[in-house]
Amino acid sequence: MHDASDGHDTLHDHAPGGGRHTRGGVRTYLAGLGFAVVLTLASFWVASTQTIWGPSVPVLLAALAIGQMGVHVVFFLHISSGPDDTNNFLALAFGIFIVGLVVFGSMLIMSNLNSNNMTPMANGQMQMQR
Amino acid sequence: MSLVDTLTTPAEGDVPLSERGPAAVDVVVGFGFWLFLLSDIVIFGSLFAAYAVLAGQTDGGPDGQHLFDRANVLIETGCLLASSFTCGLFSLAIERRAAAATYLWAAVTFAFGAAFLGLELSEFIRMIGEGAAPTRSAFLSAFFTLVGTHGLHVTLGLCWLAVMVAQIATLGFRPHIVRRLFCFSLFWHALDIVWIGVFTIVYLGAAYA
Repeated sequence: MHDASDGHDTLHDHAPGGGRHTRGGVRTYLAGLGFAVVLTLASFWVASTQTIWGPSVPVLLAALAIGQMGVHVVFFLHISSGPDDTNNFLALAFGIFIVGLVVFGSMLIMSNLNSNNMTPMANGQMQMQR
Repeated sequence: MSLVDTLTTPAEGDVPLSERGPAAVDVVVGFGFWLFLLSDIVIFGSLFAAYAVLAGQTDGGPDGQHLFDRANVLIETGCLLASSFTCGLFSLAIERRAAAATYLWAAVTFAFGAAFLGLELSEFIRMIGEGAAPTRSAFLSAFFTLVGTHGLHVTLGLCWLAVMVAQIATLGFRPHIVRRLFCFSLFWHALDIVWIGVFTIVYLGAAYA
């Protein structure tokens, strides 16, 4: 029974996060932890410091967060873009696509509606048309 | 299940992909759980969208800049990150079938997760005590929904971890138990990824709402 669970390692597929002998190991997790700690502390520092030009802070925070998510995906979940990971990677890409549509689409639509609300007349006409 | 494995294992090399038969159970389970996690992340994505839209709608009530305690958030983040790391050591111990190390890292993972949850709950109680309850404004409704949903996931994850440790103790490292443990570690790492979004957008981004 035990042989069955870790005896196979097909060339074309492996599960996400699978610590299959070649990948994983304590060193991978330690590297991931190190990167994550540095990026987290950098985020908190960027948000609290006065030395960075104000308007650039949100961009920096977004970049650091995306970087840290990437670190978690690669070092903790072991998702890569390699040929044996195609299914997992495609699913991840689709998930990111949907999340991007939902988040940025909502923000775009709502800010558009907000700016329409600034002129009550135009907004009233739009509601009449619906 | 072992029959399927022995059938698929030699099917490599020059056999075309379409004739290799079903993938190994481990791969199918992992991929299915990965799809579930991505759908869960889409749920969080819509909660993030709701929060981003409503973050400025404080209705004259307290806003994030005055409510959030950054030091507390940093400790929470540290707890969850440490818990994610020890969860990695936990799955390495499972791979080695080392029972003592498995129990040790499961306990450490649970402790860090519980510490995170305790800090979050005390923050919620403090905020509600200050009159910043979810009913106060649209901003606070969105905040409690988003952060509360994440906290609920962590709570369920802790229950799951406790059940899995009981299953190792009673059933041992059977293949289906190992698969469940593997799904748990995916779940736990994914929660940490969602938390990166929470602390960046909700807590550090409060000044830009």
